[in-house]
Amino acid sequence: MKLKNKWPKYYKKDVVTHYCPGCGHGIVHRLVAELMEELDVGKRAICVNPAGCAVLAYKYFDIDMLESAHGRGTAMATGIKRARPDLFVFTYQGDGDLSAIGTAETIHSANRGEHISVIFINNAVYGMTGGQMAPTTLLGMKTTTTPSGRNPGYDGYPLHITDVVATFPGVIYAERVAVDGPAGIQKTKRAIRNAFQTQIDGLGYSIVEVLSACPTNWKMTPAQSFKWITEVMTTEFPLGVLADRRKKG
Amino acid sequence: MADMTEKATKKGRVVVKIEMCKGCNLCIEYCKRKVLRSSEELNSMGYHPAEPDEQMQCNACMLCALVCPELAIEVYDE
Repeated sequence: MKLKNKWPKYYKKDVVTHYCPGCGHGIVHRLVAELMEELDVGKRAICVNPAGCAVLAYKYFDIDMLESAHGRGTAMATGIKRARPDLFVFTYQGDGDLSAIGTAETIHSANRGEHISVIFINNAVYGMTGGQMAPTTLLGMKTTTTPSGRNPGYDGYPLHITDVVATFPGVIYAERVAVDGPAGIQKTKRAIRNAFQTQIDGLGYSIVEVLSACPTNWKMTPAQSFKWITEVMTTEFPLGVLADRRKKG
Repeated sequence: MADMTEKATKKGRVVVKIEMCKGCNLCIEYCKRKVLRSSEELNSMGYHPAEPDEQMQCNACMLCALVCPELAIEVYDE
């Protein structure tokens, strides 16, 4: 009997995360750790953490990590990449971090076409602080600050920030994927691989939006929340490649 | 759908690390051959971990390990 799934080299050994049962972060963490091993960038990688549930990601990845102020991940990654272009720099941010408080940094780093990769975990709520409405919250979705559902007249509409940055010529690769089952997880891995490869090839900015489950704040079981992503969330945030300018170079 | 009465053509073995499992039951949901079930015992974190039930049915397809957010599942094949 041979072990088929070896522990990823750049994931700390036998660590138990602080995430809730069924959280998508654990899955994406594993994919990132596996890809750093497969693409052989772990030794020169620096990850910039967000404020949010993934704030403690440095406890799980066995690479160099830096903690940014809330929302300023891509600004910090810009500085690191410009000072040390030989390093592999990526940010790992949530929707409250990237698309709310960090909107300016996100948009301008993308517009400048910085040579960084961005992993954007979208779970449609502020997970860490207890499930308040985020800019990405779906219309009619109940959160602690929209107890009767998000009302567009009062709360506005869901923000599609990846669609916004995908229109910039400096953004080389942008894709939206979902962690909603085995097939979705494999597509997520492929998307993050493309994003990382874009940076390794020195082409420019890449962003992957991952629709990820938050069973605790959605008040669902993990299996229900995966189904909810497939059936409801992807109607508001359609999956697919939003920009691919790799061929034009 | 695989015939559940027959033995798996390819033999695998699944091991759940009890102390790392948070009982999200995603592996149970996505296992096509219904190898896993939720344990009645609690682990030290207070969760009901997954445990192998029909170990002989496992064909090492890796779906359980793929969806596990905690890397708590090890899959072996022959």
